[in-house]
Amino acid sequence: MAMIIDRRLDGRNKSAVNRQRLIKRYKRQIKKAVSEAVTKRSITDIGTGEKVNIPTRDVTEPVIHHGQGGVTERVFTGNKDFVKGDQIERPKQHSGQGGGSEGSDSGEADDDFAFEISKDEYLDLLFEELALPNLVKKSSIFKQASKSIVRAGFSNTGVPANLNLIRTMRRAKGRKIAIASPYKKLLSQLREELDLELKKTPADEERIKALREKIKVVSAKIHSVPFIDTYDLKFNQYIAQPKPVTQAVMFCIMDVSSSMSQETKDIAKRFFILLYLFLSRSYEKTDVVFIRHHTAAEEVDEETFFYSRESGGTIVSSALKLTLDIIKQRYPVSDWNIYAAQASDGDDWIDDIPLCTDLLSGNILPLLQYYAYVEINNNGHHALWKAYESLQKSSESFAMRQITSVEEIYPVFHDLFKRKEA
Amino acid sequence: MSPDSPEIAKGKLISTSSDWTFELIERFNNEIGRIAKNVYSLDCYPVQLELISSEQMMDAYASVGMPIGYHHWSFGKQFVISEHNYKRGQMNLAYEIVINSNPCIAYLMEENTMTMQALVIAHAAYGHNSFFKGNYLFKLWTDAEAIIDYLIFAKNYVTKCEERYGVDEVELLLDSCHALMNIGVDRYKRKSRGTLQDEEYIQSDREKRLQHDVHELWQRLGIRKEQKKEKDKVRFPAEPQENVLYFLEKNAPLLESWQREIVRIVRKIAQYFYPQRQTQVMNEGWACFWHHTIMNRMYDEGLVNDASMLEFIHTHSNVIAQPGFDSRFYSGINPYALGFKMMTDIKRICESPDDEDREWFPDIAGSNWQETLDFAMRNFKDESFVGQYLSPKIIREFRLFSIMDDDAESSMKVTGIHNTRGYESVRRALSNQYDLGNLVPNLQIFNVNHTGDRTLTLRHYIDKRRPLADSTREVLKHLHRLWGFRVQIESVDEKGHTSISHSCPED
Repeated sequence: MAMIIDRRLDGRNKSAVNRQRLIKRYKRQIKKAVSEAVTKRSITDIGTGEKVNIPTRDVTEPVIHHGQGGVTERVFTGNKDFVKGDQIERPKQHSGQGGGSEGSDSGEADDDFAFEISKDEYLDLLFEELALPNLVKKSSIFKQASKSIVRAGFSNTGVPANLNLIRTMRRAKGRKIAIASPYKKLLSQLREELDLELKKTPADEERIKALREKIKVVSAKIHSVPFIDTYDLKFNQYIAQPKPVTQAVMFCIMDVSSSMSQETKDIAKRFFILLYLFLSRSYEKTDVVFIRHHTAAEEVDEETFFYSRESGGTIVSSALKLTLDIIKQRYPVSDWNIYAAQASDGDDWIDDIPLCTDLLSGNILPLLQYYAYVEINNNGHHALWKAYESLQKSSESFAMRQITSVEEIYPVFHDLFKRKEA
Repeated sequence: MSPDSPEIAKGKLISTSSDWTFELIERFNNEIGRIAKNVYSLDCYPVQLELISSEQMMDAYASVGMPIGYHHWSFGKQFVISEHNYKRGQMNLAYEIVINSNPCIAYLMEENTMTMQALVIAHAAYGHNSFFKGNYLFKLWTDAEAIIDYLIFAKNYVTKCEERYGVDEVELLLDSCHALMNIGVDRYKRKSRGTLQDEEYIQSDREKRLQHDVHELWQRLGIRKEQKKEKDKVRFPAEPQENVLYFLEKNAPLLESWQREIVRIVRKIAQYFYPQRQTQVMNEGWACFWHHTIMNRMYDEGLVNDASMLEFIHTHSNVIAQPGFDSRFYSGINPYALGFKMMTDIKRICESPDDEDREWFPDIAGSNWQETLDFAMRNFKDESFVGQYLSPKIIREFRLFSIMDDDAESSMKVTGIHNTRGYESVRRALSNQYDLGNLVPNLQIFNVNHTGDRTLTLRHYIDKRRPLADSTREVLKHLHRLWGFRVQIESVDEKGHTSISHSCPED
């Protein structure tokens, strides 16, 4: 009789290995598609998968077959008004092929080979070869700062509050049995002998007395085994374990003064998004703080940050001060990995610039894992760039790049976070 | 429907719901099996039905229907293509896969309705199943008893090689073998019948023997080189060989024994699927004919209701739809349509022949249709089946016409249409179209320069001036990788002129 087997639960991803091999094989093409896509795709769906196109000629597997030309005779269906001997114009796109043969086949084949990669595969490819700068160094410093108490077995010493009663009593009982048992054996022996002596007539008073003495001594010995002794004691042991810092906060600082166009803001936004995705891959929890500034800085929500228009001059230090305040109030250095990215067109009030460099080098940079500054303009370096250049030399956790167009976002990002050779 | 049903008891309806359950599938399978075997005497392997998800179905599609396959990126590619087509709803409605094995494994997709499951059971688990068991090509070339064991062996062996020699190394080898797969089958010779279950045991032995044989060959050839004079040089191989993979497995000088084994695995699998490529029209036609017959019989017996029947008819007519050449849905002749119509037509010729049929098919007109159909299923392949049974009625029904395209002429020519003068020529043209020997270029291993630089020469016998496709250059690179020395193709045109058309490395 027929067997009916339910296989729905086993091996859903039988092709997973084959898929990995496919991706591995076409990594170069897929990566190219991915990094092109990052600048094109809309901001809201970042973090989902991505559709990848590979030229078909790259993925075809060659086989021996007839090429075009020569003599072929083919049969088709659905004749309408042909009769034998009719001459038919050769269709241009399939010269050498008859009629509309393989129309849909070749139509498909001309397309690129398209497929969707999942979010994880997308991010893997996007951030491959990238690493968070100074990640190891800083988190080892933080290890001392934050600890959690965890149980770690038992010890023989400790404070009474940590006494483990069950283990202590178990040890006490064992010890009592071990120490008292030879005497107990002796005692029962003596008692038997005494019974025998007592039954004897005439009784040997001397012997009975001696036995009774002995029994008394042995009983006393059994009695003197202490109920609990210091070496019975067992204590629960706790140790403090360094807690790895698994959360990060990212400060997005952007100039919204009138000199920043919507286009510039879009470029900045994409840069921030890349950074956010990158951080959220490395940390369990990633907070984002949006700080925008013109002459005064304020913390805003995402929507306002990217889309509201402001006007006026530019005082960068106001934003840096606010950043510092927020770090002090809400993000203690011991619990958070702090990153900051500043996007600006490079304009600043000339008197403000020394203040910014002082704030950064003196107060902010020591608290931070990394500070990335991107200047978005295409007409040379501005005032802020020149001032920051000195910081880049003196601090490892400070980096700056210039972006002139959308296509450069990913390369610049890639460059900033390139894995440094150890 | 069929007149040979003893009595039709009403009120035996199996189910009115469109949802399936395991109990329902079992009842349907029992009824379908009873009808197939007892009423129509189909000879089948035992049936094993496996329920799978659509994703698993695509997995199976991706690995060309092998239930167990070794890993290769090209199967990943196939999966992506199937997934893409499935999402766009382009997959043929009858989502069925059946394995030519004993027991015969048929997959049922969980998304299908009960009626669809019944259709697939009738189509695959009894239709294709009996075809696999009965058709002479399958009997000759495939071993249903052992295929699952062999696939398991192949998968494990490839995995073992990947561990030992690296994934990349194995992948390169498989790429090369796949490129030669369609010229790596025996077309005429009987394969040696190995007991595939003992494959692993035999394989380790074969490894040594093979390597030994190859060394012998090259040593012997070395001696010859000194002894023989230029004029009586012996050609090697003595006879041209058509199976390129087999030749490489036995004679490639530089392959290691594990590489030979993998060449062999690809060759065996290519050979296993070779009959399927030659019997597509017949196989699908046979299966469609039986699902149609069995479903109607079930309806007549009152086992299924009108609603199921309507769903079935809708699906069935989609499966056997044949758009005309100028339709944008046209993608060649639909093997399901042609096969089903031809099978049905044979039955018609047997049962109610007209004068035309008596003239064209004097042997079968008026004969027992079950016996005639069974004979046709057993003893033909697409090429000969069309040549034998394509009736004028079918040619008219499909409005078939043939076009000759000669690149020496400025335009194409209609060589035959569905009229009295055209039946023969259209039938011959269609028969040729299904001849794999006509589709795959005639390429044979011709000579090895064993006294010199070991150049491997293949001969391409040009047929109707058709050249080799551009991809030949790439294929030759793969061949070069396996052979290890220079490879070249000599093209021989119809007048007998020989010239070197391709070589790797290129001159």
